[in-house]
Amino acid sequence: MSVKQISVFLENKPGSLKALTAVLAGSKIDMRAFSLAETSDFGIARIIVDDVDKTGAVLRDAGFVHSVTPVIGVALSDTPGGLDSILRVLADAQVNIEYMYAFLGGRENAAYMIFRVADDAKASAALTAQGIKLVEPEEMANL
Amino acid sequence: MERYFQPEIETASREQITAWQSERLAKQVRHVWDNVPYYRKKMEEQGVTPDDIQSVDDLRKLPFVTKADLREAYPYGLVAEPLKNCVRIQSTSGTTGKRVVAFYTQHDIDLWEDCCARAITAAGGTDEDVCQVSYGYGLFTGGPGLNGGSHKVGCLTVPTSSGNTERQIMFIRDLSATILCCTPSYAAYLGETMKEMGLTPDEIPLKAGIFGAEAWSEEMRQDIQKTLGIKAYDIYGLTELSGPGVAFECSAQDGMHINEDHFIAEIIDPETGEVLPDGQQGELVFTSITKEAFPLLRYRTRDVCVLSHEKCSCGRTHVKMAKPRGRTDDMLIIRGVNVFPSQIETVLLNLGYGANYQIIVDRVNHTDTLDVQVEMTPEMFTDNMGEIAARQKKIVEGLRSMLGLAAKVTLVAPKSIVRSEGKAVRVIDKRKI
Repeated sequence: MSVKQISVFLENKPGSLKALTAVLAGSKIDMRAFSLAETSDFGIARIIVDDVDKTGAVLRDAGFVHSVTPVIGVALSDTPGGLDSILRVLADAQVNIEYMYAFLGGRENAAYMIFRVADDAKASAALTAQGIKLVEPEEMANL
Repeated sequence: MERYFQPEIETASREQITAWQSERLAKQVRHVWDNVPYYRKKMEEQGVTPDDIQSVDDLRKLPFVTKADLREAYPYGLVAEPLKNCVRIQSTSGTTGKRVVAFYTQHDIDLWEDCCARAITAAGGTDEDVCQVSYGYGLFTGGPGLNGGSHKVGCLTVPTSSGNTERQIMFIRDLSATILCCTPSYAAYLGETMKEMGLTPDEIPLKAGIFGAEAWSEEMRQDIQKTLGIKAYDIYGLTELSGPGVAFECSAQDGMHINEDHFIAEIIDPETGEVLPDGQQGELVFTSITKEAFPLLRYRTRDVCVLSHEKCSCGRTHVKMAKPRGRTDDMLIIRGVNVFPSQIETVLLNLGYGANYQIIVDRVNHTDTLDVQVEMTPEMFTDNMGEIAARQKKIVEGLRSMLGLAAKVTLVAPKSIVRSEGKAVRVIDKRKI
């Protein structure tokens, strides 16, 4: 089961990220995770939020171009080798990772990884088969 | 069936048109010789007298009039009637230098409004229509011209003038406006706003639009037609000659009929001043043969276009001018290449972007740079950086094949390019030469 991530287009110039966070703050949107990818003239802010539909509406009204992207969330133990074991499963299953980012949260000693992969179904199946639990959307919202 | 506002004039034979032109030209030349010392001096310098001008064929004996003449003679130097006979002035925005002030007698206004009425009728307008005029009123000719034309056709005229987009949309919807007159960039903006409000073309009562006062491309027309669910017609004019309605598009939507009973058109080579044959691209030159207060002889418009005398499917016989390719003065020369903003617009619209762009020209280390800023749209956005970069590259390639130039393309945030409710600022030239 994939989690919905919101990707927002930003110009790479002073203040454009602040404009985004101001809109989210103004609407009391809680961010679970945040990652930024950039080139010299534009960037994409990728965020996991508590309420995807509300965030989409708020961003649209504020004039931000954005899209909703399915990503996979995995909880792992915050110990050496935690990430390695998951990447091994994806590598063995020949799943290509477009990008990923980590965040800490919720429970003690828990870390989370967000993966954007070429083939969601294949990745989910491989991880589940190895007993790795995927984070459900509701769980993500309540972290 | 095609409707005409003045059928006997609009479908007159070529012989008839030429006869009108010859007679009116001779009379006009005599009028300016007698009343405008500035013209008389210019003609004397050229060694021409009114006796030399008997027919249209003699037109090329006359000297050209340029914007520089208008500047020099400002404000009253070219007025050919006593001021007691003049009832109005209109003026240009002054975007390309000093303002032009043009004068009108009541007769001049009457003929100008006839021209606009022809345009509205050609766009399908009748006395059953509600015509919203969203061109600026005041000194700008757009509002007053179409307003007068709309009255002559008998439309219910809604004089909203420009600006206040919410109110514009409210009137379009509440009064069921069927015809919209404004600049094409404002029409696009209105369309964009209504789309954001969730209105589909079916829910917009408009059926036709008459858009002019700035350059726009065929692709932009298609875009506007689709968003608003209308037929979009081009209209051409200059304050110097009267205002909108010098030429207008018919149902064929393929070039604009010049009102030849009032204006004689020529195409010249802008370098040599030599008159070019039909079908050749050059600078458009007009002679106003019926204006009383502010007649212009061989006025160089700086607009670059071609004329065509081919038979038109609408039945009108007046010569057609193609959409101006650009202006000799908004043509950019970048690294020695002639570039018109309309060419850049064509590339963007072909690739599915909106017409919201800005062209920034600069000179770095003695080399011209061309940066085209394009607003990101929801349709063009994807979470994949590589894909966005590929789309950006496509624009660069499109520009290279259209212009033969390497350009930088920058994707900018939506609505970050200033929207104007009048003319769009497309070009920022930072070069200091």
